Formats: sequence, C-alpha cells, structure tokens
Amino acid sequence: MSEAKPVGGKVFTGPFLFFLVITLIGIYFLAKRFMFGIGSVSNMNDGFAWGIWITYDVVVGTAFACGGYSMALLVYVFNNGEYHPLVRPALLASMFGYTLAGVSVFIDIGRYWHIYNVFLPWYTNFNSVLLEVALCIAAYIAVLWIEFSPTFLEAATGTKSKVNKLLIFFIALGILLPTMHQSSLGSVMILAGNKLSPLWWTPALPLIFLISAVTMGYTVVIFESTLSALGFKRPFETDMLAKLSLVIPILLVIFLVVRFGDLLIRGQLGLAFSGNLQGNMFLLENILHIVPLVILASATNRKNAKMLFLSACCLMLGGLLFRFNTYLIGFNPGEGWNYFPAIGEQFITYTIISAEILLYMIFVKKLPVLPSHGQAKV
Amino acid sequence: MKIKRRDFLKGAAGCGVLAAVGQPAYAEAKKKERLPGALGFLYDSTLCIGCQACMVGCKKANEMPVESTDLLPIWENPRDLSAKTLNVIKKFESGTGTNKDQETDGFAFIKRQCMHCVDPGCVSACPVSAMRKNPDTGVVTYNKDACIGCRYCQIACPFNIPKFQWDAAFPQIVKCQLCSHLLPKGEIPGCCSSCPTGATVFGPTTELMAEAKRRQQMEPGKYYDFPVSSIDSGKNFSQQAARYVPEIYGENEVGGTQVLMLAGVPFSKLGLPELPEKSYASTAETIQHTIYKGMIAPIVVLAGLFYFVNRSQKDKD
Repeated sequence: MSEAKPVGGKVFTGPFLFFLVITLIGIYFLAKRFMFGIGSVSNMNDGFAWGIWITYDVVVGTAFACGGYSMALLVYVFNNGEYHPLVRPALLASMFGYTLAGVSVFIDIGRYWHIYNVFLPWYTNFNSVLLEVALCIAAYIAVLWIEFSPTFLEAATGTKSKVNKLLIFFIALGILLPTMHQSSLGSVMILAGNKLSPLWWTPALPLIFLISAVTMGYTVVIFESTLSALGFKRPFETDMLAKLSLVIPILLVIFLVVRFGDLLIRGQLGLAFSGNLQGNMFLLENILHIVPLVILASATNRKNAKMLFLSACCLMLGGLLFRFNTYLIGFNPGEGWNYFPAIGEQFITYTIISAEILLYMIFVKKLPVLPSHGQAKV
Repeated sequence: MKIKRRDFLKGAAGCGVLAAVGQPAYAEAKKKERLPGALGFLYDSTLCIGCQACMVGCKKANEMPVESTDLLPIWENPRDLSAKTLNVIKKFESGTGTNKDQETDGFAFIKRQCMHCVDPGCVSACPVSAMRKNPDTGVVTYNKDACIGCRYCQIACPFNIPKFQWDAAFPQIVKCQLCSHLLPKGEIPGCCSSCPTGATVFGPTTELMAEAKRRQQMEPGKYYDFPVSSIDSGKNFSQQAARYVPEIYGENEVGGTQVLMLAGVPFSKLGLPELPEKSYASTAETIQHTIYKGMIAPIVVLAGLFYFVNRSQKDKD
C-alpha cells in the first residue's frame, strides 16, 4: 500500500490568494453581524428564520463532509482495505467541513454566548431533535480531530504510528455519530409540518437524509480526488475511483425507490407536476440524481475520469438541491414572507467555503495526507 | 470490488443494523391531553369591534415599545406580530366590506398571539428548554437565560408566533406568555382586562370550551349575556348572537390549544392555518424516541462497529 506524503510546494499560490481575499471580505461582514445583529447583514426574517447559513454551511456542508464517514464505512465495516489511501484525504475534508459547520452554527445562533447551554443537563431537552444534532456534531468534530491526529504525529516524528485500540474506538464512533446526526438533520424538518411542502415533508425524512448523506460521501471523494489531481498536478486515481463509483448507482437506486415510494404511498407525487417553483425544483433535484445513475450504471463510464467527475458534480448539485428544497425552497411560512440571501450573508458563506479550501491546501502541502504514488510537481 | 463472502455478509449485517437505527417508526404517539389546570382565553371574532384596546393593554402589561410601519393608515399600525408586538388585531375584508362577520361583502377581525398549544412545537424543538410549558397552567413561557438563539422554535411553530430581535447585537426571542408575570398577583392578561366587549375573556380552558360550545348553540339575532374580561368576572354584556361557523379553532388543531377562537367567517379567511389533529411535535418525538430509546440501539451499533473496525485492522496485520 502506498504511504501518504506531504505534497510540498509553495503555499502562497494564485488560487490561495483568491480564496484569501474572499475570506477577508467575509470577515468584514462577520464583524458587522456581531456588532449590529444578524439583521444587519442577512435577509433572514421571522418567516424564514433559517437562511443559507443553516441550509448551506451546516446541512449541505456536513453532507459534503461525509467523505470520511462513507469511506470508513467501506474500509472498516465492509473491510475493503484497498481503499485505505482515500481515507486520509476524505477524513481531512470531513474534519474541515464539520469544524466549519460548527463555526457557522456559532455565527448563526443569536445568543452564541450561551452555546454551552446545550451541554448543561438542567437545560438540555431530550425531546429536541436539534439537541441530538448539536451534541452529535460537536462530538463528531472532536472525533474527526482525534482520527486525524496520527497524521500530525507522523509529520512531527517522521514515523508511522500504530493504530491502537483507543483509536479503533474513535473510528467506530466516527461511523456511528454521522449515522445519527445525518438522519436527524432530516428529522429536524418534521416539526416544520404544514409549512413544508408535502414533496419534502415526510416521516421518512431521516431515512432519506441518511441514504443521501452516505451517497454524498462517496461522491465527494471522487470530486475531491479529481480536483486534487488537477490542482496539484498528480496522476488521476481513476482505477480506484472506478471501482469505488460502483457503490453510487446502488445507493442512488435505494434513494430513489424510498423517495418515490414514499411520495406514492402518501399520494403527493402529483405536486411534482404542478408547474410551480417547488414542483420544478423537485423535478430538477431528481434529474440531478437520475442522470449520474444512468452514467455510472455503465462500466465504461466508470473508468472514464471525465464521466466520473461529471457524475460527481451532478450528484453534488442534486444533494445540495435536495437539502435546499427541504430547508428553504419547499418551506413556505405563509403569505407575505420572502427570502433571498443578502450580499453580506452570502459573503459569510463564501468565507466559510474559502476557509475550508485554504486549510485543505495548507494541510495537504505540509502534512502526509495524499497517497505518495507519482511525484508531485512543484 | 473484491469482497470476501464472509466479510460481505458481516458488513451487510452491520449495515442492516445501521439502517434499522435510521429507520423511522410510524408507531402512534400517546396523544397529550389538556392539563386540568390549563389556562387560556376565548376570542370571539363576532364580539370584536376592532378597537385594538387589547393591543394597548398588551403593550402596557409587557412594557413593550410602540411600533409604527410607514405608509400605512394609523389603524393598520403595526401590521403583524413582531419582536415589539406580542398581540395584534387584524382585519379580513371582502367585496364591499360592509357587513360584519360575513364572508362575502363583509369584514371580520382576528386576534393573533401565542395559542399556548397542548403539545407545543416550540417546546419540543428547543434544544435548551428555553421554551417551557408550565406543568400546572400549561402556559408556554420563554427563558432568555437558557436560549441560544437558534430560532428552531420559529421553524417549529405552526402559527409563526415566536419573533426574533434581528437588529439586536444581543437578541432575544419574543412571544406572548399569557402575562404569566401577572397571574401570580391575581391579575389577568393585559389583552383580556382591556377588552371592553368581552371578545377576549380569560379563564380555565375547560370553562372556555364550555362557553364556546354554549355560544355555538345560540340562536343568531337573539340577545344573550356574554362575560367580560374573565369568564368568572361576574360582569356581563348583553349582545345579539351572531351566526358562528361550526368550528372552535383550537379545539383539535395540532393536538389542541389553550386559546380558543370563535368566528362568523371561516378561519382560513382570517389567516389561520388549516392544521391536522395530530401535533407535528408528537410525530417528530415518536421517531426520535423510537430510534434512541434508552440509547440501546446506538450502543449496540457502536459495539458492532468496534468489532468490525478491530477485525479489519487485524486482517491488515
């Protein structure tokens, strides 16, 4: 098995500076938010109490950060050691994705100085789905940093550390926790009840969110691996990705069967063809799931780096839209309420994304994350 | 993919357990009943003259600031509930708008504030118990010392009642708490004590329900006595009974509410949502508690995962 090695090279490259500038603009809006309140930078309102910070930064962000979870499931539960080289980069992306989702929550909640109340037993409400999400995500962020810690050790000592029993416990926990909170992110919107379109409101939301999250995990691994190959001028890992990508059409079939089966049982499928924004967005969401299914069903396409990347992009958009639909587009608090993210609000989200990319770039260059086969060009 | 059959079966079994954990349960939740000491008020749209004295009474009782919305006639200020307004009277109008409590060519008033649900979505939603249902009176209260400002209560409220101070650096959630600061002093909520016509009367929900049912039996046009301020105040106001729609809003909506409403036009026209009898809170909690009962399933899964991860490491050595 190939060892992981730092990519090396300059940190301050063109793309790095680009993302740095965006991060700095976002920091201005962040200062405004903390000085003058959320309303000073955001279009969120009493009808749309959650905007893109929750929908993108937390709900989509953590789904895109499921690479570590999905790969751990494959490597450790299904015992496919051959994929081990993909685990570390996936874990790194998960670590940043989740950590920054945690930061986003801190920005989004109005009374952030009370955030520790979720840990105080006399305040915790075990009927609250959001409490479960909060505790699970907090725990998982810690687990991800622990799981990633051997990488820091290797970088510091120059020797490969042995996996001990304690780390195995954390790896197991690292599979359990996302299973819990990724499904609960679906349960969260059950309470929206009459305000959420029946195209998305269903008691099956937790199951659908879980299947989608696992699928997103494999998709993101393909996406990131391709981008890393292009960005750092490394060879494509197409062989391994081709094998891995077989999982995706299988998961997509399960996803679509549950999704449409549920709509048929509840008799709400007709809404999809009503021609309104919600109906059209539902159709688009599912097209973005069906197209990659068709592409990846073919073994030839799975061996083609371009087709793999195209399917991954499609599916990430599909997963993103499914979550935007459930949290924002399918949500209608009643007449008179409108929401479109304000510029400042958008920039804070861009900052979160940029910060994640910046950190990823620094880490893979300085730490042994990516597999070392093929020489990295400086 | 090269997977040994034995490993595949074990892996598949593990995933089956995981899927079972994620599987929602459709089991019926035990329906929450009204508390015997539940307090609320009855709002009768047909008795309301739209004077908005209740809005003034509410502002005074809760020391809330005045609020004006630009470009609107004085009467329509403020237009809706907000972080400064806990109680609002709104008007429905159709056609010529001349006949009170008529659906066509008529008008009607509606009062909006917290309904104090029997099984409140906000209480179920709140991760830190900032929203609480008083175990005796059933009044839904807010505690700013617990609140983290996540605004899930706003998402979870079918009536869009909790409001957030968007323009404050240190914001709070704001909602009607049935003047629970006045109740221990023997006083009644500001909106009820200030209502001159008896359109809003305070009392135990069981008595309010009986009163609402009495009114629905009344013969339209005949004179009856209607209590003023609170159901047991002894003060009455003689008034011709209106033609009521055959529904008590709040009797069954999302498992029932402690505030009850009567009207002469359909409630959907008055901007109140049509809601199922089962609370969304009970649906969400049933799923959640089925999955996480005693944390047994997660612990079993964790043990299984530990075994798998351990085995895969041994295979490697």
